[in-house]
Amino acid sequence: MRCFIGIDLGSTTTKAVVMDDTCRVMGRGITNSRSNYDTAAAVAKQEALIDTRLTLFRNSLSAFPTLAGKVDDILADIERNFRHVQYLEKLEDLEQTCLENTGTPRLADVRAVARGVIATVFTRLREDSGDLFAPGVARKSDFFRDLAGGGFMHAAEAACKDAGLSFDLILNVYDKSIIAVENREPTATMESTFLRALEKSGAAGGGPEVAQVLKDTLAVPLEESYVVGTGYGRVRLPFPKEHIRSEILCHGLGAHMMFPGTRTVLDIGGQDTKGIQVDPNGIVENFQMNDRCAAGCGRYLGYIADEMSMGLHELGPMALKATKQVRINSTCTVFAGAELRNRLALGEKREDILAGLHRAIILRAISILSRAGGVQDEFTFTGGVAKNGAAVKELRALIKENYGDVTINIDPDSIYTGALGGATFAVRAVTQ
Amino acid sequence: MTVAVKEPSMLLQKEMIAGNYDAITSAHETGRKVSSTFVPGNLNELLMCFGILNNLPEINAIQNGMRRLSGDYIMEAEKGGHSEDVCTYVKADIGMMGRGNIAPNGKPFPEPDVLLLSYTGCYTFMKWFELLRAEYKCPTLMLHVPYEGDGHSTPNMIDYVVKQLKEVIIPGLEEVSGVKFDIDRLREILALSAKAEDDLVWCLETGKHKPSPIDAYFGGVYYIGPIFTAFRGTEEAVDYYTALRQEVKARLDAGQGPTLPDGSVLTDQKYRLVVEGPPNWTSFREFWQMFADEGAVVVASSYTKVGGMYDLGFRHDPADPLRSLAEYCLGCYTNRNLPSRVDILAQYVEDYEADGLLVNSIKSCNSFSAGQLMIMREVERRTGKPGAFIETDLVDPRYFSPANVKNRLESYFQMIDQKRRGANKAA
Amino acid sequence: MDMPVSKAGVIARRCESIVDDLSFQAARDWKAAEPGRKVVGFLPVYVPMELIHAAGCLPLGLFGGGDRIEVIHGDAYYQSYICRIPRSTIELGVTGRLDFVDGLLFPFVCDVIRNLSGMWKVMFPDVWTKFFDTPQNFDPEIGGTYYTHELRELRADLERLTGRDITDAALRASIALYNENRRLVRAVYDARAAEPWKAPAADVYVVMRAGLMMPVEEHNALLADYLAALDIEDRPRKDNVRVAIFGSFCEQPPLALLKSIEMAGCYVVEDDYSLVNRFITEDVATDGDPLAALSTAYLRHSVETSCKYVPNEADKGRFHVERVKQTGAEGVIYAAPSFCDPALLDRPMICGRLSDAGIPNMSFKYAENSGQMQPIREQAGAFADSIKLWS
Repeated sequence: MRCFIGIDLGSTTTKAVVMDDTCRVMGRGITNSRSNYDTAAAVAKQEALIDTRLTLFRNSLSAFPTLAGKVDDILADIERNFRHVQYLEKLEDLEQTCLENTGTPRLADVRAVARGVIATVFTRLREDSGDLFAPGVARKSDFFRDLAGGGFMHAAEAACKDAGLSFDLILNVYDKSIIAVENREPTATMESTFLRALEKSGAAGGGPEVAQVLKDTLAVPLEESYVVGTGYGRVRLPFPKEHIRSEILCHGLGAHMMFPGTRTVLDIGGQDTKGIQVDPNGIVENFQMNDRCAAGCGRYLGYIADEMSMGLHELGPMALKATKQVRINSTCTVFAGAELRNRLALGEKREDILAGLHRAIILRAISILSRAGGVQDEFTFTGGVAKNGAAVKELRALIKENYGDVTINIDPDSIYTGALGGATFAVRAVTQ
Repeated sequence: MTVAVKEPSMLLQKEMIAGNYDAITSAHETGRKVSSTFVPGNLNELLMCFGILNNLPEINAIQNGMRRLSGDYIMEAEKGGHSEDVCTYVKADIGMMGRGNIAPNGKPFPEPDVLLLSYTGCYTFMKWFELLRAEYKCPTLMLHVPYEGDGHSTPNMIDYVVKQLKEVIIPGLEEVSGVKFDIDRLREILALSAKAEDDLVWCLETGKHKPSPIDAYFGGVYYIGPIFTAFRGTEEAVDYYTALRQEVKARLDAGQGPTLPDGSVLTDQKYRLVVEGPPNWTSFREFWQMFADEGAVVVASSYTKVGGMYDLGFRHDPADPLRSLAEYCLGCYTNRNLPSRVDILAQYVEDYEADGLLVNSIKSCNSFSAGQLMIMREVERRTGKPGAFIETDLVDPRYFSPANVKNRLESYFQMIDQKRRGANKAA
Repeated sequence: MDMPVSKAGVIARRCESIVDDLSFQAARDWKAAEPGRKVVGFLPVYVPMELIHAAGCLPLGLFGGGDRIEVIHGDAYYQSYICRIPRSTIELGVTGRLDFVDGLLFPFVCDVIRNLSGMWKVMFPDVWTKFFDTPQNFDPEIGGTYYTHELRELRADLERLTGRDITDAALRASIALYNENRRLVRAVYDARAAEPWKAPAADVYVVMRAGLMMPVEEHNALLADYLAALDIEDRPRKDNVRVAIFGSFCEQPPLALLKSIEMAGCYVVEDDYSLVNRFITEDVATDGDPLAALSTAYLRHSVETSCKYVPNEADKGRFHVERVKQTGAEGVIYAAPSFCDPALLDRPMICGRLSDAGIPNMSFKYAENSGQMQPIREQAGAFADSIKLWS
């Protein structure tokens, strides 16, 4: 299959989308943007390709009338096993790396003991992994570091105690090793991992015929026909220039792909806010971004959350509980904390202040839209802040007030907008 | 650091500027008087009549910006109580005084004998020289040039400026210099000004060609150098512009673009822009390179009109010297009202067949910046071509964010590209 | 929670409601009362209201949107490093709140207000819009002649707007009314300087600001009432220090800021808030050529402020020092709006002269929508304490 891939290297997360040559979305992947952009891009792409495999499986399985209604379960089982196998492979890599890292002079006297401890710990982690990836278990994170880290600490502390070894020494080895493992691509190919997963899941009980089809599907090569990179970190991507598109263009086209009637796009991301006008083909006609001052961007809410010792995702729900709205004058991130404390000191309620803060952010966004030429029907809202109910509520009210009845589109997966646009550019680059 | 490759005219200009700095810093030995004054409404011809040297604090700030000294100077001034909110030319100048007032040739500037407060198109000029006056306690001559609020000068405005020239500026300069004013001498000088102005306009208008043999913004700041500063009205300036014209003509005949700082020639011009606003000086080459890397050439700019709008037909006129100086001061770009600025820029986009208007909004300069978003919107509306907006500062290195500027420029150029492709397909 | 409202308090509350009214209902009502009436707005810092009045128009002071307006479209026109008054003024315009204003004057304050005049021409082409440039040369023969001509042009423009001639007699009558207004305004300032505890800063402020939004005849009557009410005002006298406020001539602070300064232990005995009605410091002659009289008043008898050139270096800041002495202020708070070029560029010079004269001074920045008063209270409080400690 020819794969057209868009990668959006954002300031906090990196997203990838895989399309086929008819602009159908086959897979999506996301990872946190780390200091190493190359790896972030590679991991997001890998995740999107895994998702693509699952889509292909789904397509193959849907040909079996006998499996009607069971496909979701089968795929969930395959993915669960895939993640488990992948986890075990990474554990293997981490163990080897840890063992190599016991070679330092610091551990000269206790090397054998340390190696023993590491072996014990990893045996334990492998044993525990069955529970971690058991059906129906919700994992707190999808990142290897989060999954392996907690278990490692727990097991290593006990093992060190038994062996009479300083826990700090082992911790050092771990820290050094996990960074190396995270920043390199998986040793095994995705296909081999899937093969192991299929064996493990017993092809999900569909019989030999199904197993064969899944294997055949796995044999379909995923050719990377064209990759387009975008996002704030795009200049860091190891791509030739013609494979790089600005996030404005990708956002405009991505919004058009999600909602073909889109004429105006608002994207509120962590670092910037963009107002974009697109034509009926998703071609950008005009855009404006927040000026040098980042007031009113997503980061502002992050800052407020820190000030209030709350999670970012708790802000919106709390603001929705407000019975009135406190007028917030400063959208300056630097002053926000002081203004917030001032309001609290005056006896205002947290939810009322938060409602005011959400309005302040959206007012800034409306100004940027106004700068970019206003709002036309249909209007599509993307970015992290589009998931915040309080912000969306304010936006709806202000759009109605200023621009009348306009269709407002919000896609729950709007985080992929830029990557979606990138992938579409990739298709167009080859087919047009 | 690599040495920037320059066109021969740039080297000639460099010598001229160095010569002027040497004349200024040796004023004590030569006994010549020195004035400080501003680029817009610069009365160089008048100063020449009295043999007074012309030192321009704006140009000093630019020199210090390009030589990466301005950042320290600005912080020095801010330590001294100047607000972070205000013009960085002023702070770079005041900070330089605090650090010994050293000219680019390494010698100290003499104290000015007169501050010629030619007050045209920028509010800050008034405060700037009030601040310098407090330091130097020297005679200060205010020439108030009214703003063209209704888009044109009136007889009352011209009379007012002429009267100030006659009764304030000329007597004041006579007193400082001890030289009697000779209007025939002024006529001779103005004739030389007009000659150089003809050649400058010819060069600037070559931006209409494809490819353009000049960059009318980054290259343009070199081209306007002599005529905007201490050389208008001199034989040197006439020679410079003759040479410049030949140089540009040679490129035009050869179908060649301008030389870039890295020595390459920008002949493959993918984007043609009109630029509004002054450039950033602390990262001037980097800034220029961002355009060049994308194949963008600036075909016309407003910054090259701050010291006079010669392309709209104005010439210094020996037949009516004082009135001509008054009209010159009144007609500088930033002394024109916003509807006029919209007209001028929209006309440039049409006449120079540009892809659109790019605004470089300068934090320091409210005279330029306040209202630029409306200007951009209006020019877009009238020309149907998209505008772009970036933000930098004149000489404050803290206010130049390369990633930010580059991101916007790329987005803009890609948008133009995409629109062109869309248009081709539709056609 | 307030004490029983006094007569002075009643007047101040009425004025506050006028100042606070972003729909300008009082001015709308004035216009609707008679067919053909016109309203001519003006921005800070000075216009000859006499001419507008003599034209039969209502001069309407527009000093931004304060902290009560949400700026949406105004922000679309301005970068983050530009002050707030032009944003809120644009917001007032695009939201239709000024749709009854027939003409708008933009006096010379700075490049931002100057450029706003041109923006208004583009954005509101049906409104008569004029940039009003006062001379920076104060020689009667040079600046005076120029200015008299400019006033003549302004008169002709107003005549075109209304379709009626402005006679010299009408203009002299208007000058007389405004002379009366200026005398009353000075009397209120003097009364406050004498007994500042009777006249809270925020009250005097709204009494002055509201006066720029109503017919001068009405304001004169109101000021006379207010003076009489101040006489019988009974408020406790606090151990506050007496301060003058400078730097606030264009963008206006929120009322909360004035109140915070007082709460922090300062009586405001002098200020340059909405300067218009104190810009001319003496009576304008009511005989002879009225335009020449207005011109002479500007050249000879007007305040020193940042948007006026001071021809002699020695005179810089002299006005401020003298006002401090005349009003018995013990210190100066130089409060400039953020990004205000005139006030901030002047600050080192003015504060330098105050310090030279031994006058304690401090400075801070504000915006018309400043929301945090705690830092202001702390700074003003520390300033008041330091003055008490050293005096």
